[in-house]
Amino acid sequence: MNRPLRHVVAVMLLMAGLSSGLQAQSSPDEFIRTISQSVLDDLKADRSLQSGDIERLNVLVERKVMPYVDFQRMTALAVGRNWRAATPEQQRALMQEFRRLLLLTYSGAVRQVNDLTFQVRPVRGKPDDDEIIVRTQVLRPGREPILIDYRMQKSGSSWKIFDLNIMGLWLVEHYRNQFAQVVGASGIDGLTQSLREKNQTLAVSGGSAR
Amino acid sequence: MMVVCLAASAGCASLPAGNISDPRDPWERYNRVVFDFNDGLDRAVVKPVAQAYRDYVPDLAQKGLRNFFSNLRDVIIAIHQLLQAKPEAAATAGGRVLINTTVGVLGLGDPASAMGLTKTNEDFGQTFGRWGVGPGPYFVLPLLGPSTVRDVVGTVADFSFDPIGSVFEQGTGRTVAYGLIAIDRRKDLLDAQDTIEALSFDRYSGVRDAWLARRRSLVYDGEPPPEKFKED
Repeated sequence: MNRPLRHVVAVMLLMAGLSSGLQAQSSPDEFIRTISQSVLDDLKADRSLQSGDIERLNVLVERKVMPYVDFQRMTALAVGRNWRAATPEQQRALMQEFRRLLLLTYSGAVRQVNDLTFQVRPVRGKPDDDEIIVRTQVLRPGREPILIDYRMQKSGSSWKIFDLNIMGLWLVEHYRNQFAQVVGASGIDGLTQSLREKNQTLAVSGGSAR
Repeated sequence: MMVVCLAASAGCASLPAGNISDPRDPWERYNRVVFDFNDGLDRAVVKPVAQAYRDYVPDLAQKGLRNFFSNLRDVIIAIHQLLQAKPEAAATAGGRVLINTTVGVLGLGDPASAMGLTKTNEDFGQTFGRWGVGPGPYFVLPLLGPSTVRDVVGTVADFSFDPIGSVFEQGTGRTVAYGLIAIDRRKDLLDAQDTIEALSFDRYSGVRDAWLARRRSLVYDGEPPPEKFKED
């Protein structure tokens, strides 16, 4: 199996912390730093989030994260060419389940967040690029850091996140490959259905993880 | 082969519906059999042991043991950093050993991390990769799990130069040491279980893709050259 992934899930939450005080025109790494620090603070302060309260997490993500994520683009990229063939209702249903899946993905390890600190690694891209990758690392005592990269696009004076890399794995590309098998075998509705089933299974196992 | 298939109990060499073959994985049918076998063994033995270790061994003991083995590995990591022509990283890893062995009392503590000397991850597979050796086909090892041809060779070299081999005499001591290391690693994965499940609709390919991406990232120390990103 893989090297320690222990805090990965908790760490995914770091994408969640867009504080309301985010400045317009901020540089991409400042943008990510503000988000991550604010999420980390929220998580550390809220015990019910640490005990894996999905609904509460849902609220936090909706309010603080989703405004800064181009989730439709994320889903479209993950589904690939079948996305455009889907009806608006199918797209909506799919986005809802995909969003739930990502949420459950991070909820598992929120408990681990207490001994984490986070840093932005130096940005290599030119500041005037429209698309940029910000690299960060989450430090955990005694272990190698968890590397998390954000792929963002300029959106007016701010940025929109549309892909996330955890320890080398770009999530959109990864889900595209996983989804392709399902869509190939059972179509768009089949994909929505299997997302729904996975979400139900995860919700059950997540509750009894400890 | 038949015996392995029976032991694996899951459908031998059958690929899931809609399966898309991956050029990095030409031995997929074999790999799936070994993957299922490892999975069965994990469910029956390794995972329950790791859970018991997590729940019943005191936290302090768990941390001390991890730090101790990690400190021994840091010696080798320092050498790998030199082999990869990264003198600063080598100094960091060497500094960790120095501080953790003394201030950290034989490596049981990890004060070096708090001083900003961050733990790194290196092994022979990565050192080969640093000098241009490609990973070769994906290859699932019995017991040890996901690997590639390059990393299998690396793993053999890792074992031959492992400081644990020189600290512990061959026999019970060494077996216990490796057992503890394996359980500690498996324990880490317990918390990531849901993440791995969420990442995988077909667990085999989910784990494979995550593993290959992880190894690629490690070879380039977290900054792999961009791959083509297809926008559909």
